[in-house]
Amino acid sequence: MTALMQTGYIALRHLRALWRQPWWIAVTLVQPIVWLLLYGALFRRVVDIPGFQSTSYIEFLAPGVVVNSAIFSAGWGGMSLIDDIRRGVLDRFLVTPVRRTPLIMGRLVQGAVVVTIQSFIIVGLAVATGAHYPSLLGVLVLVGMSAMLGAAFGAFSNGLALLARREETLIAAMNFMLLPLTFLSAGFMQKNLMPLWMQRVADYNPVNWTVEAGRQAAMGSGDWAFIGSRVAFLALFLLLCLTFATRAFRSYQRSI
Amino acid sequence: MAAIEAHDLVKVYPPGIRALDGLSFEVEQGTIFGLLGPNGAGKSTTIKILTTLSKATSGRALVAGHDVDRDQGGARAAIGCVAQKSGVDLEATGRENVILQGQLYGMGGAELGRRADELLTRFGLADAARRPAKTFSGGMQRRLDIAMGLVHRPEVLFLDEPTTGLDPEVRADMWSEIARLVSVDGLTILLTTHYMDEADVLAKRLAIVDRGRVVAEGTPEGLKGELRGDAIHVELREAYLDGRVQVALAGIAGVHDVQLEGRSLHARADSGATAVPAVLTALDAAGVGAASVTVARPSLDDVYLRYAGRAFRSAEDEAANLAQRQGDGR
Ligand SMILES: Nc1ncnc2c1ncn2[C@@H]1O[C@H](COP(=O)(O)OP(=O)(O)OP(=O)(O)O)[C@@H](O)[C@H]1O
Ligand SMILES: [Mg+2]
Repeated sequence: MTALMQTGYIALRHLRALWRQPWWIAVTLVQPIVWLLLYGALFRRVVDIPGFQSTSYIEFLAPGVVVNSAIFSAGWGGMSLIDDIRRGVLDRFLVTPVRRTPLIMGRLVQGAVVVTIQSFIIVGLAVATGAHYPSLLGVLVLVGMSAMLGAAFGAFSNGLALLARREETLIAAMNFMLLPLTFLSAGFMQKNLMPLWMQRVADYNPVNWTVEAGRQAAMGSGDWAFIGSRVAFLALFLLLCLTFATRAFRSYQRSI
Repeated sequence: MAAIEAHDLVKVYPPGIRALDGLSFEVEQGTIFGLLGPNGAGKSTTIKILTTLSKATSGRALVAGHDVDRDQGGARAAIGCVAQKSGVDLEATGRENVILQGQLYGMGGAELGRRADELLTRFGLADAARRPAKTFSGGMQRRLDIAMGLVHRPEVLFLDEPTTGLDPEVRADMWSEIARLVSVDGLTILLTTHYMDEADVLAKRLAIVDRGRVVAEGTPEGLKGELRGDAIHVELREAYLDGRVQVALAGIAGVHDVQLEGRSLHARADSGATAVPAVLTALDAAGVGAASVTVARPSLDDVYLRYAGRAFRSAEDEAANLAQRQGDGR
């Protein structure tokens, strides 16, 4: 109970900071919009490839963009933690009786809220440019899974921030990870049309789990057993990242 | 009962930096205790351990009766901390900062709102309370730090260099605020500082810390009183390493505790006025040129010199050099 309330207070702190810089949401939307509109236009003819199962590339692409935007926005979550460490804000919190998990969870909640807002904007944009998603429930599953994936990447990013405590390290790590994970998923291309080795790698890529299951749910072509299994994988991945972040917290406290 | 007890605290940071080397002291309830020392002496490390932020490698500490290691919860609820680095959230307003701090201590509702407003008013931040803290001056941010440290009505307050970097007027205001926390609110305060005058004005007792140990402890008056007489400081024209300075001064009656550091000559005299001519004559006879002479009542600077065996300034320079070398080594 206490931990939940504390998570709420911390989340509120970060949401308020975000609210005061609404341009920041706009900035984080530039990349998804470029992907959606430019990639969407550039690769429109992809649907003509024999075996491609969708008739509209934008419709196919948008769930991929939703998922990629989630990892790109959540992956930078650790940056503000580094700021807090440098400013002494984290140490101030650590001297109070606040539990340690809410300090991380509060940030993840804020990240999840951002991902949710972003996702609905992207889906809305896709619909405005002609995509059609038959199932609202399916879209909610897509957005929910993206928020989970975002939380996992946020936890990883925060853990890294606590260990490295340098922006440069975090930037390097994220640049190293995010794009490869994006392209090793079915975000832009139907999985069975990808090179074989990429398909194999994608099987183990949490980004791909989210893209495939979220897309199937949104497009209403879903096999719910498959989707359920990917949600379960994702939950495990989230747990793993949370454990990493908690460990990193302990290591941070030992070092001060 | 002592409000703070530190017994033989040792803190070793990897790769073997001994930040604290058997540090002990006690603070009487309802008083200000000063920890005075140069850069790197171990003041902040002591505070981090006493506020449960960091764990001691060995040793034991009690704050408000709670063991900081075994009863972290009890200790945390009883203490407020204003760290050396300001902990203000710059994106939030002054009031939001105080409210969140209260919430983390389990406070809430209208009572917390009232408490926040009361503290903001008390620290002269009422008008700025609804502005983002990034628009605050350094002095305002420091006062906000203190307001946050007090929100849950702690028994013991830790202030780590509360006035470093503030201009003199702001410092004087801060001093009277800090003094009031003890006289009006009955808090116990552990204060660290580089400034001799600050410790002198505020602290009832103080400990001089050097290289992780307490080298002297007592009341400011007591510590100064232990140094007999006035402080004489002569700046020589050049550094003499052959010992002739010491020899020249050895014979003068009423002059003692002669210490030479480079071109700086420190000595104590029962009466400064009579000793100065004698000192200058003796130096002249030994062929030592003096550039300037000052005589002063004993200050805590002199106390530091006496107990740490080197001047406060040169200890600071040493710390800076060490930091520089460590930086270069990387
Ligand atoms: N987190 C840390 N990791 C490694 N070494 C540390 C750490 N914190 C402090 N030290 C080292 O411990 C020693 C004592 O540092 P401390 O910060 O306690 O000094 P201080 O008296 O507060 O100095 P200042 O007046 O500069 O604040 C220094 O040598 C410092 O470099
Ligand atoms: Mg310090």
